[in-house]
Amino acid sequence: MNAVLIALLVLPLLGAALTLAPVFGPEPAAADRRALRLNSVVTGAVFLLTVALAAGFDHDEPARMQATTDVSWIPALNVRLHFGVDGVSLPLIVLTALLTFLCALYSEKRLPGGDARGGTPEGHRPSAKAFVGLFLLLEVGMLATFAVLDLLLFFLAFEIVLIPMYFLIARWGSGAKAPAANRFILYTLLGSAVMLLGFLLIGSKAGTFDMQALAAAHGSGLSHTTQVIAALAIMVGLAVKAPAWPLHSWLPDAHTAAPTVGSVLLAGVLLKMGTYGLVRVLLPVVPDGTATLAPYLGAFAAVGIVYGSLACLALARPGAKGDLKRLIAYSSVGHMGFVLLGIASLTPVGVNGALFANIAHGLITGLLFFVVGALKDRYGTADLDTLAGATGAALYGRAPRIGALLAFAAVASLGLPGLAGFWGELLAMFGAFDPADGLSRPAFVTYMVLAGLGTLLTAAYLLIVVKRVCMGDPKQPAPVDGLADLRPYEAVSWTPLAALTLLAGLWPALLLGLSDPAVKHLLGGG
Amino acid sequence: MLGAQIAALGPHSTGQHTVTSLAVANPGSLIQSVDWVAIAPPLIAAVAALAVLVTDLFLAERHRKWLGRLTAAGLALALIALLPLTGGSPRATFCVQNVAGATDNAGCSYVADHFALVFQLLVLGGALIAALLSAHTVEDEKLPGGEYWFLLLSSATGAALLPASRDLATMVIALEVASLPAFALVALRRDGRGAEAALKFFVSSVTATAVMLLGIGFVYAASGSLHLGAVAQGLEHAPGQLKPLAEAGAVLTLVGFAFKVAAVPFHFWVPDTYTGAPLPVAGYLSVVGKAAGLSGLALATTIAFRPYAHTWGLALAVLAAVTMTVGNVGALRQRFDTRYSAVRLLAWSSVGQAGYLLVPLAAAGYAPTGVDPLGATAAYALIYGVVNLGAFGVVAAVGRRAGTSVDDFRGLFARRRWTALALAFFLLCLAGLPPGVIGLFGKVVVFRAAVDAGLGWLAVVMAVNVVVALYYYLLWTARLFAPAPDTEPVGEAEAERRLPAGLTATLGLTASVAVVLSFAPQLVLQVAGGSLF
Repeated sequence: MNAVLIALLVLPLLGAALTLAPVFGPEPAAADRRALRLNSVVTGAVFLLTVALAAGFDHDEPARMQATTDVSWIPALNVRLHFGVDGVSLPLIVLTALLTFLCALYSEKRLPGGDARGGTPEGHRPSAKAFVGLFLLLEVGMLATFAVLDLLLFFLAFEIVLIPMYFLIARWGSGAKAPAANRFILYTLLGSAVMLLGFLLIGSKAGTFDMQALAAAHGSGLSHTTQVIAALAIMVGLAVKAPAWPLHSWLPDAHTAAPTVGSVLLAGVLLKMGTYGLVRVLLPVVPDGTATLAPYLGAFAAVGIVYGSLACLALARPGAKGDLKRLIAYSSVGHMGFVLLGIASLTPVGVNGALFANIAHGLITGLLFFVVGALKDRYGTADLDTLAGATGAALYGRAPRIGALLAFAAVASLGLPGLAGFWGELLAMFGAFDPADGLSRPAFVTYMVLAGLGTLLTAAYLLIVVKRVCMGDPKQPAPVDGLADLRPYEAVSWTPLAALTLLAGLWPALLLGLSDPAVKHLLGGG
Repeated sequence: MLGAQIAALGPHSTGQHTVTSLAVANPGSLIQSVDWVAIAPPLIAAVAALAVLVTDLFLAERHRKWLGRLTAAGLALALIALLPLTGGSPRATFCVQNVAGATDNAGCSYVADHFALVFQLLVLGGALIAALLSAHTVEDEKLPGGEYWFLLLSSATGAALLPASRDLATMVIALEVASLPAFALVALRRDGRGAEAALKFFVSSVTATAVMLLGIGFVYAASGSLHLGAVAQGLEHAPGQLKPLAEAGAVLTLVGFAFKVAAVPFHFWVPDTYTGAPLPVAGYLSVVGKAAGLSGLALATTIAFRPYAHTWGLALAVLAAVTMTVGNVGALRQRFDTRYSAVRLLAWSSVGQAGYLLVPLAAAGYAPTGVDPLGATAAYALIYGVVNLGAFGVVAAVGRRAGTSVDDFRGLFARRRWTALALAFFLLCLAGLPPGVIGLFGKVVVFRAAVDAGLGWLAVVMAVNVVVALYYYLLWTARLFAPAPDTEPVGEAEAERRLPAGLTATLGLTASVAVVLSFAPQLVLQVAGGSLF
C-alpha cells in the first residue's frame, strides 16, 4: 500500500523529468503529440493508482493513517519523508488524480494556444513538451500536499505548485495574463511564507514538525499565546490560498487569464489545498489558538459568501460586460466561504460539511470551467454580453448538450438537493447553527443567516446565467455560425464529473462515512 | 602566516602580562611547533599564487592558458587539504600559552574548527569556480594572465585564512590580503569603467579598514588582548571608565566587516564595482568577498564581543532588515533593457541576499547558550555561493562581451535549452521556490534561526522581502521562456559558437551540485544542525 502512495508521487515526477530528455523525436509536431500522449498515460496511471489506493484502503478505520511511510530526509531540520492517507485526504487525492487525468485527456485534443502578441506564428507557440513537464510537476505538488504528514514537507508541496501554475497562466493563458500570473504567485507566496513562520514557531516550541505527533499532542505543550500567534500566521497563509475574503483578489484575475485546464485545476484542487491545510494542521495542532480565532474566520467566511454572490450578481447583469470565467471565480469565493464557515464552527458536523463541500466544489466548478472554457473556445470570448446578445445565447437550441451540461452544473452549484452541492453547504450551515462549546452561538447563528442569504443570491445569479446563456431566441443573429455541440473528447472528459456530482448528491454517505471518523479524530474525539 | 606569527607573539613582546626577556630560562618554548596540516588549505593557495607568478616569467605567450589550469589545480588541492581536518577535534596552531583566560584554544591564532572548515570550503570552492569561469575571460579580454591568476589566488588565500584566524590582528591582515588583490582584479579591465569601479571600491574599502583598525585599537586598549576569546574576557572585566572606549571600539570594528559584507549603508559600491569588474571577478566578489566579511563578522561578534550580545544582536537585526529591503528594492527598480542590467540586477540581489545572511548572525545575539544559529548562515552561504556563481556563469556564457542586459535573455530557451534551464534553476534557487528546493530549505533554515531566537518581526520583514525578490527573479526567468525577439541580438553568430570548456565546466558543476543538493539537502544543511565551534 505505501508503495502505491509513493509511486503516486514519483511517477509524475519521472514523467516531468522525461520531458527534458530528447526522447520525443526531432519533428516538432510529432514530438508534441507524443508528449501529450505521455501526459495522458502518466496521469491515467496515477489515477489508476489512486483507485487502487482507495480500494485497498481499510474503510473500517478511516481515522487511522494508512499506507504510511516514515523515513528521515533532512535530520538537520528534523524533516522526515512522512506520507500517509486517512479518510480526510483520500477523497481529495482521488479527486486530484481524476481532475488532472481529465485535464490531460482534454488538452491532448485541445492544447491551450497561448496567444503570442500579434497572432500565433508557429515558431512562437510554447511547446507541448514544456506544457506536459509543468503539468506533471503541478500534479506532484498537488498530490504531495494531500499525502504528506510533515509540516515542512507540506510547505514544500504547497510551493511546488506555484511555478507550474504561474507558467500555465503566463504562457498558455489569454488576455492580461502576465499581470494575473504575477499577482497569483506573489499573493500566494506571501501567504505561504507567513504560514511557514507559523510552522516554524510550532516546530520551535513543540520540537517536532511531524503532523501526527503534533495532532496526538493536541496542543499540549504549546502556550496559549504561541498557539494564537501560530494559528494566526497559518490561518492567514491558508486563507490566501482558499481564498477567504478579503484575501481573494488574486483569484478572479488568475481564473480569467488562465487556460481552461489551468482554471479547472486551480478551482478544483489548488483552492482545496488551503482548506485542507486548515483541517489537517490548524484544528488538531493548535486547537486553543484556533478556537480563539474561529469567530473571526467565521465572520470573514460569512462576508465572503455574501460578497461573492453579490459580485456574481453584478457581473451577471445585462450590460455589465461580465466575463463568465470571472463570474465563476467569484462564485468560488462564495462557495469556499461555506467551507470556511463549516471549519470555523469547529464541530464534526461543520467540518464534515466543509470537506464534503470541498469535493463537491471541485467536481462542480471543474465541470463549470470546462463548459465555459469550451464556450470561450467556440465564441472567442467569455464575455456574457457578447455571448447572450439581445435575447440570450440560446444554447438549448444551438448546442443542446452543452446547454444541458451548463444548466446541470449551474443547478448543482446553487445547491439543488440530490446533487453534490447541497450536502456540504447544508452541513456547514448546520455546524454554524450549533457551534462547538466556547464559541459564541449568536455570532455563529448570524453567520448562518448570512450564509442562507448567500444561497438565495447564489441561486439568483446562477439562474440568470442559465437564462442568458442557455435560453433565448435561436433565430437571432449569433456571433458565430454553426456552433459545434459536444465533441467526443469533451464528452469523455466531462461525463465523469457530471456522474460523480450526481452520485455524491444521491449517496453522500460514501464520502461522509470516510471523513466523519477522521474528523472526529482530528477534533480530539469530539 | 607572518601576520599570525606576529600576532601570536604580540602579547609577549608588548609585555602586557608576562615580560619576556631575551634570556629566558627555556629558549625552546619560544619555538613554535606549527601544525602544517591545519594551515595547509590557505598555505597551498599561497604557494600556488607564488608558483603562478614565477611560472608566468618563464612561460611562452602561447602556453599562457596553463596558468589558469595551474590555478585551478592549486585551489582543488587546497580543497582536498580540507579533508584530513574534518574528523576529530579542532586542530589549533600558533598558540600562546599564557594569554589571559587561555582555555582550550583561546590563546591560539589559528583554529581549524568546523566553522573555519565550512567557510574555507566556501571560499576555496568559490574561488575554484571563479577560476574556471575566468579562463575564457582572461583570453577574450586580453587580461594579463600571470597577474590575474596571482591576484585571484592571493585574494583567496586571505579569504581562506580569515575564518580560521582567532585574533584581531590576523583577522585584519587576512581581510586585507583578501581585499587588496581584489581592487587590482577589478581594475584589470582595460576601460574607463574598470578604473572607476576599482577606485570606488578602493577608496570606500580603505576607509572602512582605517575605521576598523581604530576600533581594534580601542578594543585592545580596553581589553588588553587581541585574541578573540581573551578579548571577551577582558571586555567583561574591563574597568568602568574604559567601557565607552570598548563599546566604541566594538562598533567601529564591526563597521569594517559590515563593509565587506556589503551591508547597508556600505553597499553603494556594489553595483558599480560589479559592472566595472570582469564578470568572473564580480562573481568572485559576490561570493568569496562576502563570505570573508561574513566569517569575520561572525567571529568578532559571537566570540570577541559576546558580552555585548544584546547590543550587536539588535544592531545586526536592524542591519539585516535594512540591507535586504534596500537590496531588493534596488533590484526591483533596476530596468531590464539597459546595458549591464543583468549584472546590476545580480549585484542588487546579492545585497539583498547579504541581508538574509545576516539574520542568523543577529539571532546569535539573542540565542540562549548552547544554541548556535551560525550554522544557518554557513549553510545559506554555501547554497548561495553555488547558485550565485552559477548565475554569473550563465551571464558570462550569454553575454560573452560585457554589457548584457536582462532583455538579451529573452527567448534563450529556444536558442540554448540547457543554459536557459540552468539559469532558471539558479534564479529559482535564489528566490527559494521549488524546483529550486535547496534554495527553499536554505531560506527555511534562516527563518528558523530568526523564529527560534524570538526575532518574529525580522522573520516577517524577511518574508515580505522574499516575496519582493521573487518578483524580479521571476520576471527574469519568464524572459528566458518568452518568445524569441524577431530581431536577432547582435553577436548571435558568436554566441552560437560552442561554449568554452571552462564555462561548460562551471555550469555543469554548479548545476549538478545544486540539483544533487535539492534531492539531498542534508548534505549541506548538516552544517546548520549542530554547533560550529
